[in-house]
Amino acid sequence: MNASTSSNKSAGRGRRASKPAVYEASPEELLKFYRDMLLVRRFEEKAGQMYGMGLIGGFCHLYIGQEAVCVGVQSALKDGDAVITGYREHGHMMAAGCDPKGVMAELTGRSGGCSRGKGGSMHMFDPAKGFYGGHGIVGAQVSLGTGLAFAAKYKKTDNVAVAYFGDGAANQGQVYESFNMARLWNLPVIYLIENNQYAMGTSVARASSEIELYRRGESFKIPGKQVDGMNVLAVRAAMDEAVAHCRAGKGPMILEMKTYRYRGHSMSDPAKYRTKDEVQKMRAERDPIEQLRELLLDGGHTDEAALKEMDKEVKALVADAAAFATESPEPDAAELYTDVLA
Amino acid sequence: MKQMTIPQAVAEALHQVMAADPAVFLIGEDLAMGGVFGAAKGLKERFGPARVVDTPISETSFLGLGIGAAMSGMKPVVEIMFCDFLGVCFDQLMNQAAKMRFLSGGTVSLPLVIRTTMGAGDGSGAMHSQSNYGLAASVAGLRVACPSNSADAAGLLKTALEGPDPVVIFEHKGLFDVETPADPELPPVPFGKARTLRQGADVTLVAIAAMVPVALAAADHLAKRGIGVEVIDPVTINPLDREAILASVAKTGRFAVLDEGAAFAGVADALVSLVVREAFRSLKAAPAAITPPHTPVPYAPALEAAWLPDAARVEAAILKMMEDV
Repeated sequence: MNASTSSNKSAGRGRRASKPAVYEASPEELLKFYRDMLLVRRFEEKAGQMYGMGLIGGFCHLYIGQEAVCVGVQSALKDGDAVITGYREHGHMMAAGCDPKGVMAELTGRSGGCSRGKGGSMHMFDPAKGFYGGHGIVGAQVSLGTGLAFAAKYKKTDNVAVAYFGDGAANQGQVYESFNMARLWNLPVIYLIENNQYAMGTSVARASSEIELYRRGESFKIPGKQVDGMNVLAVRAAMDEAVAHCRAGKGPMILEMKTYRYRGHSMSDPAKYRTKDEVQKMRAERDPIEQLRELLLDGGHTDEAALKEMDKEVKALVADAAAFATESPEPDAAELYTDVLA
Repeated sequence: MKQMTIPQAVAEALHQVMAADPAVFLIGEDLAMGGVFGAAKGLKERFGPARVVDTPISETSFLGLGIGAAMSGMKPVVEIMFCDFLGVCFDQLMNQAAKMRFLSGGTVSLPLVIRTTMGAGDGSGAMHSQSNYGLAASVAGLRVACPSNSADAAGLLKTALEGPDPVVIFEHKGLFDVETPADPELPPVPFGKARTLRQGADVTLVAIAAMVPVALAAADHLAKRGIGVEVIDPVTINPLDREAILASVAKTGRFAVLDEGAAFAGVADALVSLVVREAFRSLKAAPAAITPPHTPVPYAPALEAAWLPDAARVEAAILKMMEDV
């Protein structure tokens, strides 16, 4: 793909990613995917605006461009399944059905935030929705996600855990310790690599001896698959396969989602390590929301007016969240001392 | 009362707890064979490999696995064979385990117990002999316990498993061959409650884990010279029973701490600081921190013996304090 860092390190080995498969969605499902992706994007656009206005401080990592991944993944899960990810997690929370108000108010550091203002952008949780964070140390959530899968198996459920991580985290050692144990014990965990091509400013090719990240499980006997992470239907199809694999007790699976973030690593990153053309080309040709929009319109499943109406409704939801996050009071100073220990 | 070693008492407590609560499981290296010190004896035979989980040598990830399991309602007992290996997995301890409750605004509980061993004196060298509970205690969000006898080791473990917080229990290898009396029921032992092991009017001496018997021996000798040493075992480092320590200092006017941990920026320094800040007007002499030197633990038996504080060093420090009127 054009946006990838175009190294040919893995070329010529006679191995290719599996044949692309896409999920056959009903018109209702297509519309839901569209709305869910739109919510993620509008939420993130608003977060970016609020950051610019000084209402959000510290780090703020936006998910814009990667929407197909979290929406496709979440749609394949059921009650009791667990999801855990790194610090770029606002989108995963929207997809998991977490309250946008609580997430936005956490970004503004208010008492109405889902961690009551103590976590911030990188540290949010909603275990009732199966969302286990929101973690700031690159790669650490992979071990935790392996533990969520361990618990699912220990309790003799058929639930699975999804441990998301990025192409950067794929170079952390504990990821491989986790791979080994997960396969050794056949834990129901999906290692979901969101390969957005850049670990902060370092491209995959500059950081990885093997750039085909779905192959990273080979020496642990973990099957892996590379997926078009800009296509929600491809994401969903791959997830269906991985979830079935896990629920059948066959152990872990790796899915490498080839995706792309449009914004910098965080709000303070001008992203000078790539060209504007590269980003523009991706937006113009591969945008996950635009792709689905075309599919919906071409298929006659909806019309421009209905999509406009949906956008209006999603924007209103996000505006409500932003208003809540602006009006919610600052945390009381006494909160400093709560939740350190029970 | 039954005479038991720390590993025997811990194994017995685990038998009791695992029989009562199916959410408890053990995970660590070489547990199936009973643990390298015998603290998991008979557990795999009784509860099976699903609950007594032998791991690869991957401390970071199996501690992280324990944390993930605890987040979703399990009660893992993670064994880190030597506390020196906490260095391997310190990120999981310092960032994930310690901060989860806070960062989630209390929505995530972490009923996780980490058992580990510590201590010099057996020629294990610098990477299998440290006593780094001070490092763990410096991290907000962790409970830290340092039992000095078998009943406390078992009872603290039970209390830890009843609670919703991450706990690190440091068991001292130097005490593993010592039998001490324990109620066979091994009742839970509260955190944050120090024990006064010996009353004395002249000096308060706080001693931790394997330093407790050293302190008691020194107190015996000093008693013969007419000096009354009050020996306090804090039992847990976090929470710390500040009140018990400060009340004793208010009575004696002198304070010493005997700690095998870090000579610099460790628990000894923290306790001296506490006493100076909170009981300055009671003090008749400068407090003493009796620790090993600020060096790695040496291997050679002669060097290691010189490294570890002994009763003679304690006596000398206290005698100097008594001159300092």
